[in-house]
Amino acid sequence: MEEGDVVKKKSISLKDKRTQVIILIIVIAVLLLTGFYIVNPGEEAVVQRFGAYNRTTRSGLHFKLPFGIEHKTIVKVKEIRKEEFGFRTVEAGIKTQYSRGDYSHESLMLTGDLNIVDVQWIVQYRVKDSKDYLFNIRNNRETLRILSESATRQVVGDRSADEVITLSRQEIAQLVLEALQEALDNYSAGIEIVTVVMQNVNPPKPVQPAFNEVNSARQEQDRIINEAQSQYNKIIPEAKGRAQRMIQEAEGYAINRVNRAQGDAKRFTDILKEYRKAPNVTKKRMYLETMQDILPELEHVYMIDDKLKSFLPLLNMQKGGE
Amino acid sequence: MNKHVIQIILLVIAIFVVADAFFTLDERQQAIITQFGHPIGGAIEDAGLHVKIPFIQKVHYFEKRILEWDGDPNRVPTADKKYIWIDIFARWRISDPLTFFQSVNTENTAHSRLDGIIDGKTRDIIAQNTLIEIVRNSDRKMEFAVDDVPTFEEMMKEQDIRDGKQEGDDDQSFNATEGKRHEIARQILEKALKDAELLGIELVDVRIKRVNYEEQVRQKVYDRMISERQKISAWYRSTGEGEKARILGEMKKELDRIESEAYRTAQEIQGRADAEATKLYAEAYGQSPEFFEFIKTLESYKKTMNKKGTLILSTDSDYLEELKEGK
Repeated sequence: MEEGDVVKKKSISLKDKRTQVIILIIVIAVLLLTGFYIVNPGEEAVVQRFGAYNRTTRSGLHFKLPFGIEHKTIVKVKEIRKEEFGFRTVEAGIKTQYSRGDYSHESLMLTGDLNIVDVQWIVQYRVKDSKDYLFNIRNNRETLRILSESATRQVVGDRSADEVITLSRQEIAQLVLEALQEALDNYSAGIEIVTVVMQNVNPPKPVQPAFNEVNSARQEQDRIINEAQSQYNKIIPEAKGRAQRMIQEAEGYAINRVNRAQGDAKRFTDILKEYRKAPNVTKKRMYLETMQDILPELEHVYMIDDKLKSFLPLLNMQKGGE
Repeated sequence: MNKHVIQIILLVIAIFVVADAFFTLDERQQAIITQFGHPIGGAIEDAGLHVKIPFIQKVHYFEKRILEWDGDPNRVPTADKKYIWIDIFARWRISDPLTFFQSVNTENTAHSRLDGIIDGKTRDIIAQNTLIEIVRNSDRKMEFAVDDVPTFEEMMKEQDIRDGKQEGDDDQSFNATEGKRHEIARQILEKALKDAELLGIELVDVRIKRVNYEEQVRQKVYDRMISERQKISAWYRSTGEGEKARILGEMKKELDRIESEAYRTAQEIQGRADAEATKLYAEAYGQSPEFFEFIKTLESYKKTMNKKGTLILSTDSDYLEELKEGK
């Protein structure tokens, strides 16, 4: 109480030197505290004077008018923010944990062929213009989320389930990115989409076994065709080899046949030439020579009188004697 | 002391009066001024320091930013009599704070008024479009993993053509329909725009967030997807078997061709050789047929009479002629 009285008395008399000093110190302190501010790297400060946008300052030490005349808002412009759709990461890390909650209301969507697919995707974005980001849209994050859902469903809605699941995932992500960026720019949201990634694109759970069945059927098809192909590749070259052999053999036969015929013909012609010089003698000589060759080779030679009518008994007798 | 107290009181009053004569307007805000409840002047949209008559005039602040409106999913019938859940969202801003102040005043009221406006227009426009038109956004040609699998409809159509019926114009093919998803949202926006304007609201955007089947329909769609996949599986298997049969058939054909061609070639080669040999023999032996006969007979004796054989010579024979003479 006493002290308060003292202060009161002193503050009333503004001409007191000590009071002036104290006021000066307070003023300087307030100036320092509310006037100077630091902007960290990767941040920007948007300064408003009496609520109106005045300037945007980059990283470093800055001064603004104190006593609430100027007001700053720090925006992390370099920070990449992430939104997840159809799933939630509880704890990112080496073993990332995902929420067990059901987000199928976000992930299930209709395709252009009126099927249903389960799409999980992420959108990464950053602040492009901190002034726009702060002043143009009330709920930036919610707006981004809702536009992203709408854009993804629109792109998926124009594609077949096959295209969404397997054929054109990259293309879909790119189209979503473009559509989303366009919508945000339309609102001057001050947001730049960095990437859109189709994380998991699957058929809905009850349908998955049937989809897997298609894969195994496709593999089976490959297997069956490959087997037939390999059988073909085994049999046909072998048959070609056999055919080659058959032809080679025939050629061998032909050479053999012709050579022999030539030999035989030459021999005959040569002999004939000599024969013609002395036909009778030669004929006789050849006959005798032949007999001479044959007779010693034979086991039995019988000479039978031409008057003998039957020589069979004679042969039988000879056999019985053995 | 009294003089001091009066001075201080006057100073405080002066500060209050001066303070109430000024007000700041944030970039995110706009305002109107009322005097005894009646609006004075137009909307103040420029952020910064502003002046008013202290105490007598009152400032009402409104949002200047784009605001959210997210409707509840609605169960709506389409033109092709299918019930779907449609979820629409919109973005709006207070374009005329004065009208807004007079007609709805608070955001909550604005939301419920927008519910009525947008839901009604949505219902109207959805009912004029088919499900495919709502889901799809263009007439781009969709691709399928297996193009060759004929759909049931196509098979039926083929049947119709075989039966001599004309191709119907009720073509429900997904690719033949032009999607209007974006267009539908734009139509809703267009129709709702005027009604919203009466509330001092500018509808910035209306979009379709989600289109979903009813639960029972969803189950049916799952069943259809399963049977579709089964059809594709069966197609893969049967085309595999078909391809196998084709390859094996081709193999058989190729085999027959190779073997018969080889046989033909071999026969031709051999035949030519035989002919050549025959010609050579005929030329040679033709010089003296009787000598040929003689030589061949002798040769055949040599060949036919071998070691184990027995020769019976008649004394009549030429060979033994000399023996006879000697007798």
